[in-house]
Formats: sequence, structure tokens, C-alpha cells
Amino acid sequence: MGQTIKKKKKFVVEITVDECKGCGRCVSACPKGILEMTTKVNMMGIVYVEPAKEGCVGCGACFYACPEPGAISVYEIDEADE
Amino acid sequence: MGRKLKFGKPTGFFDVFDRRPGPIKKNMHYCPGCGHGILHKLIAEAIVDLDMRDHMVVISPVGCAVFAYYYFDAGGISVPHGRAPAVATGIIRANPDSFVISYQGDGDLGAIGLNNFLQAANRGENMTVCFVNNAIYGMTSGQMAPTTLIGQKTATSPYGRSVENEGYPLKVSEMVAALESPIYVERVALTTPANIMAARKALRKGLTNMKERRGFSLVEFLSGCPINQKMTAQQVDEWIEKEMIPYFPLGCFKDIAAERKPISRPKPTFDKKKVLNALVSSAGITKWGAKSTVLRKELRVKCAGYGGQGILSLGMMIAAMGQSRDINVSWLPSYGPEMRGGTANCSVVLSNNVIGSPVVQNTNILIAMNQPSMNKFLPDLVDGGILLYDSTNIAPPKTDRRVYAVAASDIAIKLGNIRCANSAIMGAFAACLKGFELEDYEDAFEEAIRQTFRKKKELVELNIKAFHEGRKSVETRNV
Ligand SMILES: Cc1ncc(C[n+]2csc(CCOP(=O)(O)OP(=O)(O)O)c2C)c(N)n1
Ligand code: SF4
Ligand code: SF4
Ligand code: SF4
Ligand SMILES: [Mg+2]
Repeated sequence: MGQTIKKKKKFVVEITVDECKGCGRCVSACPKGILEMTTKVNMMGIVYVEPAKEGCVGCGACFYACPEPGAISVYEIDEADE
Repeated sequence: MGRKLKFGKPTGFFDVFDRRPGPIKKNMHYCPGCGHGILHKLIAEAIVDLDMRDHMVVISPVGCAVFAYYYFDAGGISVPHGRAPAVATGIIRANPDSFVISYQGDGDLGAIGLNNFLQAANRGENMTVCFVNNAIYGMTSGQMAPTTLIGQKTATSPYGRSVENEGYPLKVSEMVAALESPIYVERVALTTPANIMAARKALRKGLTNMKERRGFSLVEFLSGCPINQKMTAQQVDEWIEKEMIPYFPLGCFKDIAAERKPISRPKPTFDKKKVLNALVSSAGITKWGAKSTVLRKELRVKCAGYGGQGILSLGMMIAAMGQSRDINVSWLPSYGPEMRGGTANCSVVLSNNVIGSPVVQNTNILIAMNQPSMNKFLPDLVDGGILLYDSTNIAPPKTDRRVYAVAASDIAIKLGNIRCANSAIMGAFAACLKGFELEDYEDAFEEAIRQTFRKKKELVELNIKAFHEGRKSVETRNV
């Protein structure tokens, strides 16, 4: 009894820098304000976005808002291995 | 620490966009923030999730999405502006196992291609149209589209679209929902996360309808073109929410998929024999496909005369003769006021090679059945060309070409029907062809006559008789 610990799922968002076109759609879409525009440029010469903090809830809003096929990936972290 | 991909590049895309020219193989060609990219992802995800990819052809006509085939790991075709629904119809009718997405912009679907689109919708073709309404011609740098809003400034409406000048923006979804055939019509927007998820659902619904063969679905996607609107992606989304949606309200306009039985159409066949038989069985053709050695060279024929002389069917019979001997043929009538009693002409090309153009300008054989036509087309006869004319009503011409004459109209009158003069002159034409090594030309032409008159059987024997009379009485005038 009392042993069921509800594991809180953890997520992380990753940007494939060279595939980002810097449109900022993901920044507006994220309900948690995780993504921010950087001041760095990628291989195409475009200012790209990056996750600026932790706390991604894995909702996928940024992924669907992003017009580029592979710029954004969202992963679920398997805590059991930790 | 393990991790699992929850959202990532959909597998309906190629991993590397090898078809895209240039060094960039992972990005799409769209401008930053373009709505096309958002929709492409939804499609790439859905065609795999719904297990439709292996039978899917994404058809994209002219517009920014014309290069969609770079990206989807599925069938893909680029087609001329506005023609996607016509090509899609061909694909699904010829191969009912296939699925097609007709991916069209507002200029494409609403302007140049409106008729193609509406007719396909009205026929209830089993397809899903993804209509990207960005209220502008994106690819050509921002001209006014049929869906451009009142007051919206574009390259071709620099003072803003006005009702007085251009009328109201075209409400495509509302219009299509009013038709009987379409089963599902919904308008969505590629803006906020909530709207994008609604768009994702609508797309999947349209595709599922197609999978179940229930008919025509239209999903209209309000979409941003930040570049031509001269806005950021965020501003263009705001503009869509504030300006576009009030005029183009979101929502489902029609959904009767559940009421419709799956479409079943006649099964096509690709068996060459069966196709040939279906085409010629009633035509009395016996030697279909028997290769002829005639026409090692291409023969370009012009038939010309008076509208009532059966000029077009003369050309048709000659073409049918060629067809029956597996010769490539083209037949091109000249329409116009001629059809109502003036001069009429048609061009026939017979060739053992691919025919480049059906237009006959450099004529090898001119068949003239009245004086004005002969005068008109004689100058087009090439060096070494042949003139064949009806000597009943044409005076002997002055020309250094080879000339054959036959009193075709006389022959026809004697046989009791002036209308078989065209078969009589065709007999003469067959005789001229002797020099071209047509070994069984008599049979071939007889078959052509049988085919042409297959619905008027009483005329077959008369025309065959006229043919042989013409063949026997042709005269060489100057060789
Ligand atoms: C037959 C023909 N006419 C005109 C054009 C020029 N043209 C290219 S794209 C385009 C408009 C495309 O607008 P839309 O369909 O809205 O697509 P978008 O680029 O906005 O997605 C036009 C008129 C063409 N390529 N072919
Ligand atoms: S998955 Fe959701 S929470 Fe995580 S970064 Fe993307 S939008 Fe933000
Ligand atoms: S939405 Fe995509 S392309 Fe646009 S800034 Fe974000 S990651 Fe980059
Ligand atoms: S011009 Fe407009 S529609 Fe075309 S790719 Fe750029 S943003 Fe997209
Ligand atoms: Mg457009």
C-alpha cells in the first residue's frame, strides 16, 4: 500500500540547427516558453532557435507548428534507467 | 538513460531530399514560416499512419508546392497549372487501387483550374483535395488571387482589392458544399496549435474517406505566405485570425461520408489484346496489328474540299487504314465556319515513327475535291509531293508536282450517291500509294471503310464499290 509512485514523465525538445529556418513559429507555439530565438547563425546563415530552459511537457505543439520536416524532435525520457 | 522519439520527422518524407537540386537536401524549398511546410508534415505523417503511402500519388500543379515530389516518399507528379484534378481522375480511373491527393493553391484551384476542380468535385471522384488558400499567388511574387480579401494590397491590386473592380473573394468550400456529389468539405487554418490540430484531423478524415472509397473530399487550409504579405510568421497568423477567418469561417460545411456507399467503377484492363479487341471488334478489322512495310517515310496528307463532301471522314478513313496496319496516325480536322458549308480540310499523318505534330504544313499528298481548296493548299505541296484531285469539278492545274486525277464525283453520281465521292478519291489515293509498297492496300482500305460505316451498314458496299472504281480509273496526268 502506498507504494504506487506516479512517475512524472520527462520530455526534452531538440532542434536540428541546420534545418531550422528561424521563422519563430515554434517559439509562439510552445505553451511553456521553452524555445527561444538565439543570436547564432546556422550553416545556411539563418538565425536559429534553441531550447532555452527545461520543462518541456512533450505536447508537440512546436513540432506541428514548425514548417520544416526535421528541425524539431521531441523525446520522452525513460526515467526507469536513471 | 533511454529515450523515445515522441515527435520527429514523419516517415512519409524521404530521409534525404535527393530529388531537390543543389546542396540543400534536408530542408524544403519553402520560405521561412510558410504554411505549405506545415501541411506537408501533416500529410507525410498521415499517409503512413493511415497505411496509404504505397498507393498514394501526391499531385501538385504549378504554385509554390509544384516541387512537392522532392519530399514525399510516395508517388508524386507535377502537373500543369490547375490540372491536378484532371490528372488525378485519370490515375484513379485507370488504377482504382491508387489514392490521390490533389494539392492545389488558391490561384491554381480558384483561377486557372476552377473548371477542372469543380467538375471533378461534381463527378464525385474518389480523391482528397488539399486546397491551400493563402489569399495570394505565392510563387509568382504576390499577385491577387480569387481569394484575396477586400482591401488586401497585392502586386496587382496596389490600392487593395475592391468589390467594384474585382468582386468578392471566392468562397470555395461553401460553393463545393452546395454540390450533391462531394461528401466532405471542411475549412481549417494552419495557425495556432489548436487550429493545426483541427487541420490534422480534417486531413485524416478526408484521407480516410478516400481509403473507404466514399468519394470527393475537400479540405481548405487557410495558410500563411509571410514573404508576399511582407509579414513575419506571427504577423501573418494574426492577419489570418483577424482578417481571413471572419470572411472565410472555419468549420465543417458538409459531411455525408457515412451515408455514401463505396464507389465502384468499371474495372480497367491493361491487356493489350483485350483493349484492341474492344476498340475494333465491331469495326470489321481482321488484320489488326499486322505490320506493314509501307510508309518507311512519314506521309503527311491534306484532304480539302467543300464542307459537304465528306472531307473529314475521308481523312478519318485514311487514318483508320493506317491504324489497322499498326502505323502511327494522327487526324486533325480544321473546324470553324468551314464546317457550315465553306471549305473544309483535315490533316492526316501516317508514320512508322512517333508523330511530332499533327499539323500538316509541308504536304506530301494533297487530296483536293474542289477548286478553291486546291488553289489554297497547292503551294504547300513539297518537292516530289503528289496532287490528287477530283477532275469532275477541278480544272487541270499548272504545277510541276506529280499529279493524279480521278473523276470522283462522276463516279459517285453514276453509283447513285454523290456522297461516296470521298471513297472514290480514296481509291485513287490507294493507287498512288502503290509506289509506297503497300502490299495489301486494298484489304486495308476496305477494312477502313467497314469501320467508318459500321453504324450505317447499308453504305458499306456502295463505298467499297466507289473505292474500287476510283482506284481503277485514276489517271496520271504528268508523269
Ligand atoms: C499555364 C500557366 N499560367 C501561369 C503560370 C504562372 N504561375 C505560376 S504560379 C502561379 C500562381 C500560383 O498561385 P497559387 O496557386 O495560389 O499557389 P501558391 O504559390 O500561392 O501556393 C501562376 C499564375 C504558369 N506557371 N502556368
Ligand atoms: S513539446 Fe510542447 S512543451 Fe515541449 S518545447 Fe515543444 S511546445 Fe514546448
Ligand atoms: S518553427 Fe521550425 S523552422 Fe521555425 S524557428 Fe522553429 S524550429 Fe526553426
Ligand atoms: S512565396 Fe509564400 S507560399 Fe510560396 S513558399 Fe514563400 S511563403 Fe510559401
Ligand atoms: Mg496562393
